[in-house]
Amino acid sequence: MTKYIFKRLLYMLPVLLGIIIIVFTLMYITPGDPARFILGDSAPQEMVDELREEMGLNDSYFARLGTYLKNVAFHGDLGVSYKTGRPVLNEILARYSTTLTLTIASSVLAIVLGILMGIVSAVKQYSAVDNLITTIALFGVSVPSFWIAMLLVLLFSVTLSWLPATGSYGIQYWIMPVFTMGMQSAAIIMRMTRSSMLEVIRQDYIRTAQAKGQKKWKIITGHALKNAMVPIVTTAGIQICGLLAGSVLVESVFSLPGIGKYVVDSINYKDYPAVQGTVLFIGFNCVIINLAIDIIYCFIDPRIKIQYSRKKKVEVNG
Amino acid sequence: MAEKKRRSGPWLDVWKRLKKNKLAIVGMVILGLVILISVFAPFIAPYGYMEQDYAATLQFPGREHLFGTDNFGRDIFSRIIYGGRYSLIIGIGCVSIAAVIGSILGIVAAFYSKFDNIIMRMIDIVMGIPSFLLAISIAAALGTGLRNLMIAVSITSLPAFTRVVRAQVMTVKEQEFIEAARSIGGNNLRIIFRHILPNALAPIIVQFTLGAVNSILWAASLSFIGLGIQPPSPEWGAMLSAGRTYLRDNWYMSVFPGLAIMITTYSLNLIGDGLRDALDPRLKQ
Repeated sequence: MTKYIFKRLLYMLPVLLGIIIIVFTLMYITPGDPARFILGDSAPQEMVDELREEMGLNDSYFARLGTYLKNVAFHGDLGVSYKTGRPVLNEILARYSTTLTLTIASSVLAIVLGILMGIVSAVKQYSAVDNLITTIALFGVSVPSFWIAMLLVLLFSVTLSWLPATGSYGIQYWIMPVFTMGMQSAAIIMRMTRSSMLEVIRQDYIRTAQAKGQKKWKIITGHALKNAMVPIVTTAGIQICGLLAGSVLVESVFSLPGIGKYVVDSINYKDYPAVQGTVLFIGFNCVIINLAIDIIYCFIDPRIKIQYSRKKKVEVNG
Repeated sequence: MAEKKRRSGPWLDVWKRLKKNKLAIVGMVILGLVILISVFAPFIAPYGYMEQDYAATLQFPGREHLFGTDNFGRDIFSRIIYGGRYSLIIGIGCVSIAAVIGSILGIVAAFYSKFDNIIMRMIDIVMGIPSFLLAISIAAALGTGLRNLMIAVSITSLPAFTRVVRAQVMTVKEQEFIEAARSIGGNNLRIIFRHILPNALAPIIVQFTLGAVNSILWAASLSFIGLGIQPPSPEWGAMLSAGRTYLRDNWYMSVFPGLAIMITTYSLNLIGDGLRDALDPRLKQ
């Protein structure tokens, strides 16, 4: 187990390095002079040249990449915002709790609802309930989340005046954003749960359990779901990362002061270090989520754990 | 004749299975209609998509303007009809680019083991960033406009194709008929294009339809946050973004473009699901 986690941690490093290189390269090719942008159009050229030198913008690609890597890895420096002049990381951390709350709440909703609906749909395959759930889920994966958000605002805020449309001052402000984000991911998790469960419930050991007279819910939760969990957990992991990224759209519609809205505001202001810094930050979050998912695999599928202990034995014997 | 019949057999079976799937047929009909309407937009749309009428701004849906008018007095119905062109160009265009490049990378990775590690690690890295965020990052770096949007969405769609194709080619290349083709002197290119690719097509086709859905949704989302196609182009995401300000009093400005996106992506999803079931009959047992 320790060896497995250590190996997964090692796998993280090249991915993290790659993400930093991608983000830096994208910033590097972004047209426009950052020094000119910071100082404004009316600043004299000498001042701009001076700032360019100070910021190291005249250095080669690799020299700048090296500095960027060093800054990110050792100082957690994701750059400085053009708009505020403050470090991007500080700007992100000030907004992180909003995005984290939204992501966690919508992930819980998506996972619980998605798995539950997926099980019902698989167990009642081809029934009216199955048809209803699969149709709704297919709509769920076909609809842009920001449009759903706008429809909810139209219905619950404008027409019925039940829920506030924007802001984050109390629990009622979170209902629509969480629902919007959670429902789409629930649809994707439901589809994966259904197909994964359908593959498992056709296996011989399920028939054996049925023949032995075991209770249906025990067969489903104890035998089928346990063995169908690996692809479901994989999908859930991808969805949690997707929800972090999806916050860009939903926070923007509901004016939630999270890092998603920060990205959209930064795009409108052409504050590219803020955009790319946030992308890098969310990328790091996803690497950690993927690591957590890899560790969860060990608990839900002991074969993964055994694989590693076996290798160890073979190595010892060899 | 007999040989021809035999060669077209598996695809005929797929078509027969697909024909039996009513939802997939509904999807194909809807998508066909969307394509026809987009192609013949100038003949169907009652107004030009740029035609402004300041005497008729923010009109509710009615006989004159089926879906109402926007704040510039432009007919929303006509703009949605023209907007279909963007979604289809983006949906089919991006996914075609991603499919070609992604498949080449997948084949090279699977067929030439010395490139496998480097290609797949690069794919792992790109997939380390959530797809939509990667699209934002690329679009922010390249700037707005259709071409840059398509580059951003194509790059974002590419890793999925590489993974699917690599996995499929890995399975097919170990089979005996590939060994047979090699033993009679077939070179690598011939083996790849004549034997491996046709036998690895099924998941690529399914990925193509699902990739088209994602491309349309990502493109609309990018336009919505101001990184994609810019006004006054009648792209559906950009129309939704413009309608946001008027949501309270003029709901139709946001509802109809969203419906258009949903109908198109829903039809593609129906086809994708139908193809997946038809190409892998085990799922329908």
